[in-house]
Amino acid sequence: MIKLVWLVPLLPLIGFVIIGLFGKKLSKGIVGTIGSGTVMAAFAVALGIFFELKGGTQKEFTIELFNWISAGKLSIPFSFLIDPLSSLFLLIITGIGFLIHLYSTGYMSHDEGFSRFFAYLNLFIFFMLLLVLGSNYLIMFVGWEGVGLCSYLLIGFWFKNTAFNNAAKKAFIMNRIGDLGFLLGIILIFVTFGSIGYHDVFEQAKNMATGNPTLTAIALLLFVGAMGKSAQLPLYTWLPDAMAGPTPVSALIHAATMVTAGIYMIARSNVLYTLSPDAMNVVAVVGVCTALFAATIGLAQNDIKKVLAYSTVSQLGYMFLALGVGAYTGAVFHVMTHAFFKALLFLGAGSVIHAMGGEQDIRKMGGLKKYISTTHITFLLGTLAIAGCFPFSGFFSKDEILAQAYEHNKLLWFLGILGAAMTTFYMFRLYFLTFHGKFRGTHEQEHHLHESPKSMTIPLIVLAILSVVGGLVGIPAALGGTHFLEAFLSPVFEFSSFRIVQAASHETEYMLMGIATLIMILAIYFAYTVFVKNNRVPAAEGDETSAIHKLVYNKYWVDEIYENLITKPLNMISEAFYKLIDNQVVDGIVNGVGSTVKWLSSTIRLVQTGNTGFYIFVMVISIVLILFSQLF
Amino acid sequence: MSAIQVVPIEWYLLLCTVLFTIGVLGVLFRRNAIIIFMSIEIMLNAVNLLLVAFSSYLSDSKGQVFVFFIMAVAAAEVAVGLAILMMVYRNTKSSDIDMLNKLKW
Amino acid sequence: MITLLLILFPLVASLLLFFVKGQQVKNIALGAAIIEFAIAIFALSQFKQDASMQFVWNSAWVQSMGITFHVGIDGISMLLVLLTTFLVPVIILTSFKNEHKNPSAFYALILFMQMALIGVFVSLDGFLFYVFWELALLPIYFICLLWGGEDRARITFKFFVYTLAGSLFMLGGLIYLYLHTPGTHSFNIDAIYAAGRGMDVVHQGYVFWAMFIAFAIKMPIFPFHTWQPDTYTTAPTQGTMLLSGIMLKMGTFGLVRWLLPIAPLGVEHYANIAIGLAVIGIVYASCIAIVQKDFKRLIAYSSIAHVGLIAAGILSMNVQGVQGGMIQMLSHGVNVVGLFFIVDIIQRRTNTREIQSLGGIRNVNPQFAVLFLFILLGSVALPLTNGFVGEFLLLNGLFQHNAWIAAFAGLSVILGAVYMLRSYQSIMLGETNSITSSFAPLEKSEKVVLLIICAAVIAFGVFPKPLLDISGPAVDQLVQGVQAALGK
Repeated sequence: MIKLVWLVPLLPLIGFVIIGLFGKKLSKGIVGTIGSGTVMAAFAVALGIFFELKGGTQKEFTIELFNWISAGKLSIPFSFLIDPLSSLFLLIITGIGFLIHLYSTGYMSHDEGFSRFFAYLNLFIFFMLLLVLGSNYLIMFVGWEGVGLCSYLLIGFWFKNTAFNNAAKKAFIMNRIGDLGFLLGIILIFVTFGSIGYHDVFEQAKNMATGNPTLTAIALLLFVGAMGKSAQLPLYTWLPDAMAGPTPVSALIHAATMVTAGIYMIARSNVLYTLSPDAMNVVAVVGVCTALFAATIGLAQNDIKKVLAYSTVSQLGYMFLALGVGAYTGAVFHVMTHAFFKALLFLGAGSVIHAMGGEQDIRKMGGLKKYISTTHITFLLGTLAIAGCFPFSGFFSKDEILAQAYEHNKLLWFLGILGAAMTTFYMFRLYFLTFHGKFRGTHEQEHHLHESPKSMTIPLIVLAILSVVGGLVGIPAALGGTHFLEAFLSPVFEFSSFRIVQAASHETEYMLMGIATLIMILAIYFAYTVFVKNNRVPAAEGDETSAIHKLVYNKYWVDEIYENLITKPLNMISEAFYKLIDNQVVDGIVNGVGSTVKWLSSTIRLVQTGNTGFYIFVMVISIVLILFSQLF
Repeated sequence: MSAIQVVPIEWYLLLCTVLFTIGVLGVLFRRNAIIIFMSIEIMLNAVNLLLVAFSSYLSDSKGQVFVFFIMAVAAAEVAVGLAILMMVYRNTKSSDIDMLNKLKW
Repeated sequence: MITLLLILFPLVASLLLFFVKGQQVKNIALGAAIIEFAIAIFALSQFKQDASMQFVWNSAWVQSMGITFHVGIDGISMLLVLLTTFLVPVIILTSFKNEHKNPSAFYALILFMQMALIGVFVSLDGFLFYVFWELALLPIYFICLLWGGEDRARITFKFFVYTLAGSLFMLGGLIYLYLHTPGTHSFNIDAIYAAGRGMDVVHQGYVFWAMFIAFAIKMPIFPFHTWQPDTYTTAPTQGTMLLSGIMLKMGTFGLVRWLLPIAPLGVEHYANIAIGLAVIGIVYASCIAIVQKDFKRLIAYSSIAHVGLIAAGILSMNVQGVQGGMIQMLSHGVNVVGLFFIVDIIQRRTNTREIQSLGGIRNVNPQFAVLFLFILLGSVALPLTNGFVGEFLLLNGLFQHNAWIAAFAGLSVILGAVYMLRSYQSIMLGETNSITSSFAPLEKSEKVVLLIICAAVIAFGVFPKPLLDISGPAVDQLVQGVQAALGK
């Protein structure tokens, strides 16, 4: 099976080519079947690879396809690496990818761009698979930029809308800022190690001293890339805007897979990070700051998808916190559980939006549990999972991260738990406002309310089950489990294991779990009193609100700050370059040379007076001068 | 000792310099084309005289050959020059060279 | 022999074409260009992939001056010959929907230009190189002057004088080298190399500046670029394509063949200044491109940015930099021709190139939008497109020279995305307006050209190896020679 790994990315690519070329001539059913079928086939292969890897003794396979780029001693093969980490990601991508494809056949069924949508989606899966399969950094970069492209295409899927296009463009450009860091990091890796293959790089790096400045520089440059792709401070603003895309896109790309590429990259490079504690600290601090910052914004948003978007940013922050404290397994674990419950929540939100006929404002919803019960129940399960309620999947992964953070630094833990409390609160705020209370929309919308078709609810149910039981692969020893995931991934993180502070004593862990659960219950109760008992509805646009609320509601005006601090000055500088420096100064000098020559000629020609006597006079004087000059 | 050598060479040099200077000044300050012409001839002949004197003093005939050349060329030049002057005079009714200032810029 | 054929065939075709009347001249020109491409492919098939100079033709010309008609092809030349012979038929094909007055002269000049360009790329004699270099200027001057747009006389004149002034520096440099050739003076490339390497750093510095300024004007590099946007904008589309697609590579090729091996010490001594100029140009031109209103002018500025990176990479004098420069010359040639053709397609249908006044073309012509997107992606150097391979190698080479400069040059990655996506959005996306609502579908010849270019964009992004292998040995040898001269 492992020899067939090239099939995994190839299948979605074939799907893309077929749909891309002939999509318009095929019926929607066929397009949907090809689109979902190729991904399902890829999932089947990925499953085979996973089990083969799990059963076998060899944990690392490299499969070279062809030699891609070579110049001098730089040689980059197009080759794949199969190890526990990549095989796990393969499963997540193809598995959730398949469910979301299936969901899309229902969700997008009325859209005229149906075939285009599936073409993009398949292309995305292809690039995402390249990203995790590559055996060197440049192949990862190929996938990295490729998914950025697909994200661009899918955010701007409804391309007649200028706002959507702007969001797409913003996402691409912000990602490019990160990508530049990543690219420079790759080049620095090549210059330092003479290779960019994972194997060579890590083997050489292991012999280097901890805290080597070059390693720190590499780690930080790579992290810049991760900040862009995984929407961390300060490059996070594109992700909430990216919600302009169709909801399945938000679920697949902007929650479950693409945005976790940064976590994959750092987990993959764990050797480099482990050797540069400074970079680790930066990662942890950025992660926890993002987690808190985004969570506060999430408290005041009224668009159902925006809330989920900020929650995604916040959860990604947790993953970086985990990476920063050395809990690589915890981070990957959270990537997995997050993929389950966040995809579920987004798809659930999509189902709600579908039912509401396109309405996304939770102030106009309410009481939907009567109308769309499947969506309601699955959404509740997802909400409980993200809140970290025992025994849902989020509990285990979040607990692992927080426990590691606690061992590493108490302050990080405290901030983490604070963010968790906010997460619980805004998620339940969202849940209560959407599904409880009275319906606040128009009559037409009330009539329109209906449960989504089977193609949409089945993925919801599957994901809900996964959200509930997904945590079982990582039950900590404190709760009497064997941490399967940790054992499975251990070959990848072998070198870094010494950094992970020995798991806290079971008592400490029980205490941490207790605190987390207590805080969660308090947050739910608080949300319940405010939004169900007291029936508070968030203020409408333009209503007087407190200054803090305004600040949070307007997302700290970060977009405006960027606009005024970067975009506008860039435009002004460019204008100045063009109008002033280029046209006036540089071209002015060139034209100045020309006109100087012209001026000189027109001046000097006046010497030709036409007066013969003058000519002779000049001639004689010149002869005399020449003679004199010869004399001395 | 030929007749030429009766006079010391310094005198020849002085005479030729004077003649040449007269020619130059004539060219510079006179405006009548014919007089300028004559001044040029004076300069040429000043040089000729000097060439002959030196040729005699050094007993080298090459100098005198040169003089013949110069005389021949000067004759040709006079022929062409006077013809031009004739045309100029016919057109402008004057031999003042300051009238000839159209050829400029 | 085959080298000679490559030079003479377009010349003969061009001379014959002058006497053909009527519109079928297009087809004859296209046929000739395709035959020329076939000759180049044949040469490629005979080409041994090593560092040697092949297909050499050496006959006496002006013996007393040590000038010979000495041509030959190695890997570096091969790539550029392929680029030229590939692009010329494409360029001719792009003109099929344009009615030019006096077409026989137009196409004859294009073929004449091809002859001169190939001559530049295969010359192994300093004097011959200079002759072809200047010869290439003549046809493009007439193409711009006779078939150009508004204000063409002034702009073409400026371009002509500017580049001619640059050539003067080069001529000076070549003569200076010639006078330093050992033994009886000779313009032979080996003698010139020996002359240059025999000099100390001060004198190599003189040679460096003389040659560099000529090449910098041709490419162009900041601050010698001001002739370029005007000329590109005013020239007829095919003229712009010839200028940006091929002629500009004379400058970058010049750096590789006629500067690095001649004056390595000089290059090293002034590398920071020269690379600094190139890199400033990258960011500067990218910024300016952002605020352009005319799409053709925008691409002109983006071309300055791309070329700046090529020059900077080559001047960093390592294998990755030079090899990246070689591959990027090809990619840039293909992409920029594609972009200018897109401008042409839009302009012919809407009579405007104003970015803001267009919009929504995708709604009426999705096919065009997709093809445009592919070329755009090549231009912003997305991985798996041809632009990426070169850009990665160039940045890599530049990074080895100086990490900070490379980081600064890397800003073009971001700025390139900014201006390309901005213009794509406002030209292609959004709602249609009165200008774009009747955007006609693509003609057959247009489709063929765009498909060829898109195929090249993808093919050489996924499989750049064959191209890299052509120039690889020659570049390795060149860089080794240079490094040896530098005592490294």
